[in-house]
Amino acid sequence: MNSSSHVPTAAERRSLEDDTLLHQQPGMAVHLTGRRRAATLPDKPDETILSVKDVDVYYGKFRAVTGVNLDFGLNEITALIGPSGCGKSTLLRTLNRMNDLVEGARVDGSITFRGTDMYAPEVDAIEVRRRIGMVFQKPNPFPKSIYDNIAYGPRVTGMKVENMDDLVEEALTKSALWGEVKDKLKQSAFGLSGGQQQRLCIARTIAVKPDVILMDEPASALDPISTMRIEDLMHELRREYTIVIVTHNMQQAARVADRTAFFTALADEGTGDRTGVLVEYGKTSQIFEDPKDQRTEDYISGRFG
Amino acid sequence: MTAVQEKGGPASAPGRPAPSPFKGKKRPGEAIIILVLRLAAVVTVLTTIGILLALLIPSLGFFREVPVTEFLFGDRWSPRFADASFGVLPLISATLWTTGIALLIAVPLGLGAAVLLSEYASPRLRRILKPILEILAGVPTVVYGYFALTFVQATVLREWVGLDTGAFSVLAAGLVMGVMIVPTVASISEDAMSAVPGALRQGSAALGANRMQTSMRVVFPAALSGIVAAIVLGVSRAVGETMIVALAAGSQARVVGNPLEQGQTMTGFIANAALGDSRVGSIEYDTLFAVGLLLFLITLLVNFISIRFVRRFREAY
Amino acid sequence: MRSIVDTVQPLGHRRSKYSGEKSPTSLIFLLLIWACLAFSFLFLVVLIVTTIIDGSNKFTSTLFTEYPASSPERAGARPAILGSVWVIATTAVLTIPLGVAAAVHLEEFADKKLWINRVIELNVQNLAAVPAIVYGLLALAFLTLLGVQNKNIVIGGALALSLLILPVIIISTREAIRSVPLEIRQGSMALGASKWQTVWRQVLPASVPGIATGSILALSRALGEAAPLLVLGALVFVSFDPNGILSGFTTMPIQIFNWTGRPQAGFQELAAAASILLLGLLVLMNGLAIYIRNRFQTRW
Repeated sequence: MNSSSHVPTAAERRSLEDDTLLHQQPGMAVHLTGRRRAATLPDKPDETILSVKDVDVYYGKFRAVTGVNLDFGLNEITALIGPSGCGKSTLLRTLNRMNDLVEGARVDGSITFRGTDMYAPEVDAIEVRRRIGMVFQKPNPFPKSIYDNIAYGPRVTGMKVENMDDLVEEALTKSALWGEVKDKLKQSAFGLSGGQQQRLCIARTIAVKPDVILMDEPASALDPISTMRIEDLMHELRREYTIVIVTHNMQQAARVADRTAFFTALADEGTGDRTGVLVEYGKTSQIFEDPKDQRTEDYISGRFG
Repeated sequence: MTAVQEKGGPASAPGRPAPSPFKGKKRPGEAIIILVLRLAAVVTVLTTIGILLALLIPSLGFFREVPVTEFLFGDRWSPRFADASFGVLPLISATLWTTGIALLIAVPLGLGAAVLLSEYASPRLRRILKPILEILAGVPTVVYGYFALTFVQATVLREWVGLDTGAFSVLAAGLVMGVMIVPTVASISEDAMSAVPGALRQGSAALGANRMQTSMRVVFPAALSGIVAAIVLGVSRAVGETMIVALAAGSQARVVGNPLEQGQTMTGFIANAALGDSRVGSIEYDTLFAVGLLLFLITLLVNFISIRFVRRFREAY
Repeated sequence: MRSIVDTVQPLGHRRSKYSGEKSPTSLIFLLLIWACLAFSFLFLVVLIVTTIIDGSNKFTSTLFTEYPASSPERAGARPAILGSVWVIATTAVLTIPLGVAAAVHLEEFADKKLWINRVIELNVQNLAAVPAIVYGLLALAFLTLLGVQNKNIVIGGALALSLLILPVIIISTREAIRSVPLEIRQGSMALGASKWQTVWRQVLPASVPGIATGSILALSRALGEAAPLLVLGALVFVSFDPNGILSGFTTMPIQIFNWTGRPQAGFQELAAAASILLLGLLVLMNGLAIYIRNRFQTRW
């Protein structure tokens, strides 16, 4: 079925993975899927959902990122890795225009979502963020009940919801939190553990039915067990959503990502300012096993960074 | 479940119409709200403009009758007598006396309290002491006025100390006003001292200085612009304080020669004159605003000096 | 660091004499700064005790039920108490929405680089230090402009006090808004909420305890303030209950001012009794503010 001579179509691939998933415990599924994906993943994404072309990001006069070209594949998990200050989080924040909220931030080049330039003047940044959700490094639940945390997004975006209770249950189920919180939906979200809070933040993002979920080091503030659960969850979510994750943790990237982009920072000789550049982008297996660039290899093997 | 999810996934559903560009909802309500918020902020500017116009227009009427030089340099203030005279120096002299006496009290007490709170007190002690100090700032000025008149002047200065003074004195008013502005001086100075980096203190301690030397030679100079701002703000409050002087300083507008005399300050005059029924447009009515304008300009100048010093301090740390 | 300590240590005898924490000058200094605080506290205690001693005789039901009279025996502060309630309530209604709105604009929406917003900011700082009596003159001129004959009306007094405490409310609201973490705003925006939705549904609810605390403290200042009302002519013989925003009025601080100025000792006792009431109310309001701050403040 997964012989190397036969290249499966996208639909076939999906059903194939679903079969696997159906009969596996979630924890097991991670590693199996990971390997399977590596074997079946095409070299280039079949369908691009987000496309970054010649992007420079500035904060005032300071150039944080320069010359980035990246295509994010539909229903894939893409990891952005690299040493601190390499601009990976900055780039992530330009993908749903969260950078607009930073004073002096400016994006040159083009970022398109399904072919639409999301920085075009007529585009509403709020609508962009509804389509492209974001999960942050530190869990940031609202000081409200668990239920209201989930219902917040649908309410503010004016989604037509027939039954909010069902929507809340669905979002919590998809984020593997329902079983733990179904009896305390009206309690404050601050009572949850850090890992639960982060899954609540993911559930909250899912509730507005985005197409893409951006994750900015979503597990860096969590313990290993909570981290594992978040990674399991990402694999579940990939079947419906495109995920872009920034991570410091190379093992995490290797475990979860279909494709990986490695960034590094170059120091300007004159000013000493460090600017992030994309070094290499490819299938995760290729980046980790057969990096084309020396800098990638140095970083992966722990010689630098 | 899998099958449903397969179809239900928003991104992967086949036959889903191509997503429209990110045409957001129009939000006219929000634009109106944001405009209303901006107008609310503009009200503060209108208040200042209102104050300037309210004071300037009647003052112009006043200065058509009374030359500016006579107002500023004349030493007789008797706006209500037949041979009216409008020299504001008597009011200024009383204001200077009460303000000066208040500062003599407030500066040492306020700075002493600030050093104690910032350099010596443990966080727990500070949590107890600061609110008590803040009660001093919360006592209504009319209650201070009552206390200045009935206790400080009548009991302490006349009975206990046996000073040769009447029912009122600028001394009693100034003393009580001084205690009233201790919290102002103390809290801003303490903020300034607390903001001095701990590294400076440790550096001083490492050279063998004790806490007193560190406080006086390192922290105090480093926090100086903040301390100056605190004192200047204290001046502004003393110049503008009304009820204490209206009750305890007296109502005779003469150039005050010594602190045991009574005297009428600028604020005291406005409060007193307002009690009488001044017809709109009369010279008495306009006089109120001319003195008010002078008072406003003095405090404005003092406030800007204070704000400048605070800025300088904030920039340093 | 270690080496400095090592070199200083052998000179211990010198340190104890000239620069140790227990040297005479150092102890005198500590004593002096304690004396500064002690004197201020003693002053406060004496003020409260003498006021209570002076006023305890007159702190009776008469104070609450009777109208001002020419004889201290029959005089009470009923209209002044009701007048204070009317003026402070009207002030609260006028100034809290205005102050909160202005603070939200300055903190959340204003482009800090725009000159007008910098002017507004500087202006608020300055207004906070304008003498109270000047606000009285402003209200007086404004009512004159409108052609109001009797300027001693509740709405006039409330106008003066509102503008007086507006900067205080703006400054404390801004602090409350600023204490809401950036993560909460980002979380809301990332879900597709607009800036205003974020402010209205996240930032403001989380700031309510801070805003309430600041507003109560500002109103307690207005409650004790007399100077601006004096300018409007509130020092009048009011022998009726104020019954609306256009009603004539007097307030407790004005009544205290009035009674203090009378020569008869009986009136001074009344002034002290009314001061006890006023101080008691202020303590209650401050206590309420502290309670709200401690009980309802979100811990992030």
